Amino acid sequence: MVQTLNIPLPDLSAIAPELILTAWVCGVLLIDLFIPKDRKHYVGILSLVGLTLTFLCSGYLYLRGENLSLFGGMLAVDGFALYFKMVFVVVVMLTIAISLRYLPLEEINLGEYYGILLFATLGMMVMAASTDLITIYLSLELMSLSIYILAGFIKKDPKSIEAALKYFLLGAFSSGILLYGMALLYGLSGTTNLSGIGSYFAQHDLSHEPTAILAMILLIAGFAFKIAAVPFHMWVPDVYEGAPTPVTAFMSVGPKAAAFAALMRIFLVAIVAVRPHWNSIFWGLAVLSMTIGNVVAIAQTSLKRMLAYSSIAHAGYVLIGIVAGNQIGYASVLLYVLVYVFMNLGAFSMIILLCTKSGRGDQIKDFTGLARVNPWAAAAFVVFFLSLAGIPPTGGFVGKLYIFAAAIQANYVGLAIIGVLNSAISLYYYFRVVMAMYMEELPGPLHLSTHPVLVFALTVMVLATLFLGLYPGPFIDAAMSSMAPLLPKAGVLASHF
Amino acid sequence: MPKLIEFSAPILTITCFLPLLGAFWIALFTKKEQEKLIKYGAFVISLVDFVISLPLVYYFDPSTHNFQFAERYSWIPSIGVTYLMGIDGISILLVMLTTLLSAIAVLCSFAAITERLKEYYVCLLLLETGMLGTFMALDFFLFYVFWEIMLVPMYFLIGVWGGGRKLYSAIKFFLYTLFGSVLMLLGILSLYFLHFQATGDLTFDIVKITYQLQISRDVQFWLFLAFFIGFAIKVPMFPFHTWLPDAHTDAPTAGSVILAGVLLKMGTYGFIRFNLPIFPEASKMLVPFMVLLSVIGIIYGALVAMAQQDIKRLVAYSSVSHLGFVMLGLFALNPQGIAGGLLQMINHGLSTGALFLIVGMVYERRHTRMISEYGGLSHQVPVFTVIFAITMFSSIGLPGLNGFVGEFLILIGAFQASWLYALFAVSGIVLGAAYMLWLFQRMMFGQITNPANRNLADCNLREVVYMVPILIFMFWIGLYPKPYLDMMGPTVEKLVERVNHPTYQAVAKKSQGTEQGRAGTVQRVAGKANPEGTPMRAKVNSPQLSGDPAAPLPQVSPASAGHGNGATGSTPEGRR
Repeated sequence: MVQTLNIPLPDLSAIAPELILTAWVCGVLLIDLFIPKDRKHYVGILSLVGLTLTFLCSGYLYLRGENLSLFGGMLAVDGFALYFKMVFVVVVMLTIAISLRYLPLEEINLGEYYGILLFATLGMMVMAASTDLITIYLSLELMSLSIYILAGFIKKDPKSIEAALKYFLLGAFSSGILLYGMALLYGLSGTTNLSGIGSYFAQHDLSHEPTAILAMILLIAGFAFKIAAVPFHMWVPDVYEGAPTPVTAFMSVGPKAAAFAALMRIFLVAIVAVRPHWNSIFWGLAVLSMTIGNVVAIAQTSLKRMLAYSSIAHAGYVLIGIVAGNQIGYASVLLYVLVYVFMNLGAFSMIILLCTKSGRGDQIKDFTGLARVNPWAAAAFVVFFLSLAGIPPTGGFVGKLYIFAAAIQANYVGLAIIGVLNSAISLYYYFRVVMAMYMEELPGPLHLSTHPVLVFALTVMVLATLFLGLYPGPFIDAAMSSMAPLLPKAGVLASHF
Repeated sequence: MPKLIEFSAPILTITCFLPLLGAFWIALFTKKEQEKLIKYGAFVISLVDFVISLPLVYYFDPSTHNFQFAERYSWIPSIGVTYLMGIDGISILLVMLTTLLSAIAVLCSFAAITERLKEYYVCLLLLETGMLGTFMALDFFLFYVFWEIMLVPMYFLIGVWGGGRKLYSAIKFFLYTLFGSVLMLLGILSLYFLHFQATGDLTFDIVKITYQLQISRDVQFWLFLAFFIGFAIKVPMFPFHTWLPDAHTDAPTAGSVILAGVLLKMGTYGFIRFNLPIFPEASKMLVPFMVLLSVIGIIYGALVAMAQQDIKRLVAYSSVSHLGFVMLGLFALNPQGIAGGLLQMINHGLSTGALFLIVGMVYERRHTRMISEYGGLSHQVPVFTVIFAITMFSSIGLPGLNGFVGEFLILIGAFQASWLYALFAVSGIVLGAAYMLWLFQRMMFGQITNPANRNLADCNLREVVYMVPILIFMFWIGLYPKPYLDMMGPTVEKLVERVNHPTYQAVAKKSQGTEQGRAGTVQRVAGKANPEGTPMRAKVNSPQLSGDPAAPLPQVSPASAGHGNGATGSTPEGRR
């Protein structure tokens, strides 16, 4: 049954971004058949066009301030969903931009790559808009299955295959756990609608009901796997290392952000009543993720693995925002996700910049002496690292400031202290690469790509990282207002700010 | 509450960002091969910056403790961040010291830096912007941004152009400072929310937070500690000093000059600007602790300096000792002590900066910093000997030179606080004289024993040019310190009053009425209404209340503005 709201708008126009993208994926897959093997980058460019349309459409809906519930409460088209949708589209556009050079190098320049990537995007977009357990699970699987394939895209490389298999097995397992949690929720409340579950929880005191607690724990376990929080992080280093670099870059940002979006929907709307329980678990996950992620990253020699551990740590920072549980906290999740897109994708793109047929450029030592060969590339990498470590004037600083502000305001001083000390630790390993780039002698010739799209994408990411640090006002406002639809359900008064 | 007095030209912004523009110019529009252009370009930029900063002194009104040359622009309105700059009697001298030393640092690098010039001068200029901004910022967010930004170019200066274990020293410097500053950031955020709770005004404005926010004693204690860690590492106070000898020793000459001359002052500046006025009760409570650390620093630094084989390490440890003096003066919490501490910050910047320049000169000639390699140089290099001698006497505080005035004031202040403090401080002076004189004797007197020293060249024109301004200031401050003390006088007096009898400006809570919207603007109007900086020697006990009588602010009469003004306004005490 389609709900008709008093806004005179055909229902489907509210999900126009998804519709456009779906049509486009099908188109891309068909057109791919007619494009010769050595011209597959046209498929990528075609995908970029579709994504641009999707972005514009989402942006239009966002600016109109849509707040709709569609398909009987299955999907919501609100600021929260649209914000995430735009972030996802940007992620995928940048991913495609950095893939255009990478794929021919690994001899995996196949049109399906882009199609599958678009399917993953579709999954993420629906995930952020889902307000029902069914849609959440469906979109999660659409996203995950696409990424399992992408992780193993370099068929000739056993590491890539290993990554795909590992991710698939563990991912399927975690999806199972998640599904179990969802089933328990449904069994308890008799509905799969998040708001429905929320009101059931509100009416019945379930804080000592074992089934509710078990459901909550299973959900946490499932999502912790998707956002790569310790102790559900074991798959991350291997999968990140083995997967094709653009896919790794994409995985470290997109699915993580999507999982956070769905996590917030479920925990803030459906089971906010047992917040004291899940909050303390998230507290522990945050501390463990930050600490273990950062400490283990110090020992890595592979840049990809180092960034993998760093992305675990970043999941920990974001969790602080959720633990804080105030308006700034939730908004900081949105803001940080946005900042993280540019800085983390940027860092991975640097690996692609150095990638050649003979070497992947994913070891820290591969960057030795880069500053002499190309000062601009080295400077760009410094900007990304500064941002990841949370040093101004970068977006990473504003993002972290916001997260820690939330923790301080909510009186989680201990958590904030652990967080800031961790971000100081992280500087150590990020700057080991800087040290290699600037302060060690060039061992031999270093070949840098000058692929125009890659260089353009890198420039965009550097500038975006700096811009977010220097003029974050509009983005902070956007994060704040995008979070607004969820706040009343989460019981947070949007009083201050 | 000090007012913000605007000036007809955005002189602070220009001074602060000119080096940044210069850095962009060098990075974008010069080629690697145009070494001369880069060198002289950087020097001209830093010199012009110094010249631009001179009007600050000329137009500075020394009769007031208000913030002058203030500039305020909206920056991130949603979280109350403004671009707010201004200087008072505390920061003006530090700003001038920074512009002077930066120009000298550029000039002293001409011969020493032979590779990767472009990056080097970009770093130096970026560093200058960071340092100036730190001293000028009156918004916590802005302050923190500058405070952290400055670490990056310094890291590169040490790591790329340094010597010895430069990689280790560079990252150690960065990490130590970062650990302190992130904790300070949490302190800043706490203040921000406490202020918001108390007044309903969302702002990072340092002046407002300082004078409107009354914090309970316990909270003061913890926040004091958060800021303390940030600044004590920077100063550096014992036992947080271990990064300093490494960083100083391994940095290139210009890096050491900037480190000793300006960077360390950021720590002491932080104590004056934040810890004392924002946490007056905690400051008073922690005086014994702070004095203890300062005294340990003074004596320990001096003793370790005495044992050094390496000239640069010796000077580095002497900094620990001297900065201990500064901290002792500040925490004497009386006008003499604080003025002395402030003046000694400048003095140390000049004399230790000069000492590092001198070390740089001999190092450029002999490529060694071992004291034992030298001896009898006075026969060979007379000009150098004179410069070195004056600098050394300035450093040990010989009457007639700048060091004496500062140390004397600090001792007076310390003695007023407790004779015991002064006793330890005096022993530090004696030790200081010992290691410096001994160093001078070993290097300069006696016969030339090392044949490598026989053909040592004396100072060239460039070296004399960059040393002379420093020497002039050494004599000037030593012989006639009045203009310097006058400049800081009212600010220091207010600060002492503030620490000993804190009063808080009552503010209508924002959510309670419509008045509050204007509370912010009133202040700005008040600032604008006073563009000439008319002297307002306020004889009242409380810091100036901003706003004219017509402003809808609850007024606190000076008489009632003792300790408990909770009745008149909304103090956080009452709210919590």
